Amino acid sequence: MKNLFIFSVLLFSVWVLLNASIDKSILIVGGFLSIILSLLFSKNRSIFSSIKISPKSFLYFFLYIFVLLIEVIKANFDVARRVIMPTIPINPGVVEVKTKLKSPVARLILANSITLTPGTLTVDIKDETLLVHWIDVKSTDLEKTTKYIAASFEKYLEVIYG
Amino acid sequence: MHILHISGAITLLAGSIFLVLGALGVVRMPDPFNRIQAGTKATTLGTILVMSGLGMLHPSWLPKLFILIFFIVITNPISSHVLARVMHNLQVPLWSKKDQLSEEEE
Amino acid sequence: MVETIINISMGLIILAGLLGSVRFFIGPSIYDRVIALDVLTIISISLIALLSHVAGRALFLDIAIVYGLLSFIAVLAISRYLERGL
Repeated sequence: MKNLFIFSVLLFSVWVLLNASIDKSILIVGGFLSIILSLLFSKNRSIFSSIKISPKSFLYFFLYIFVLLIEVIKANFDVARRVIMPTIPINPGVVEVKTKLKSPVARLILANSITLTPGTLTVDIKDETLLVHWIDVKSTDLEKTTKYIAASFEKYLEVIYG
Repeated sequence: MHILHISGAITLLAGSIFLVLGALGVVRMPDPFNRIQAGTKATTLGTILVMSGLGMLHPSWLPKLFILIFFIVITNPISSHVLARVMHNLQVPLWSKKDQLSEEEE
Repeated sequence: MVETIINISMGLIILAGLLGSVRFFIGPSIYDRVIALDVLTIISISLIALLSHVAGRALFLDIAIVYGLLSFIAVLAISRYLERGL
């Protein structure tokens, strides 16, 4: 039920943004279409059902976007610094990171965020272990890599997804 | 109004500089994994900045630009992650400092 | 003033496209070419959005949205093909 609700709200907001107007007819057609489509396509899927809907998770969602934006900007200056230097200062390697998150969607968002943060790129996920390509390896110890790469995002995602 | 236009144009300029840096990174980096790293990050922020600059120039286009930013932020990391997984599964060798010193060493 | 800055940034985006095509042509392995293709499509999305400012029509933004989604699917299809064949 929650799955269906979030899916149709998502579809409806994309529809309204695409049309760029809040005419009555557009709203009615969009509402109809998004409910029918979410009924058709969310029958056996439960990707959104692990989201907690509460004021706290809403607040953490916006905090999460803010943190991600800062990390993306930091990542860009990092890449710019590496690219401009005459000899490229890199020491690449593949390290493992362990995650505490259970829900598949939370893991997906964590993996995408890791890709957008400075110097790291998610290569693969096997159950609880993420393989991460690190452009400048500082340590290969599991605890340290987890703390350095994933901890800042996990804190927020744990609240949003139980 | 005028201030908004000028700041929009400057945001556009910053975005295009990041796009150039990303493309330069794709050319300069020594192995495919590092090329993906440079390509994904710099182009994501570059596109976001270009779209925000356009949004400042034409406020009525904001909804569509917002959808473009949303799709790019979602799809860009996924496509680079899929490529990286393929390369990892097919055992594309990683670049390391040792390779430069002696080609024979594993 | 504003138009000058926009012309400069358009030139920079075209320069980025040229740099991407350099990697696309000299890339030693197929992966380098796919990466260059990915970067080139994102650069072209920015270029299309900028062109819609030059032409003064919001119509081109729809083209940019569709192009972005199609290029994402193209990269997924190519990587799937590389991994295990179609």
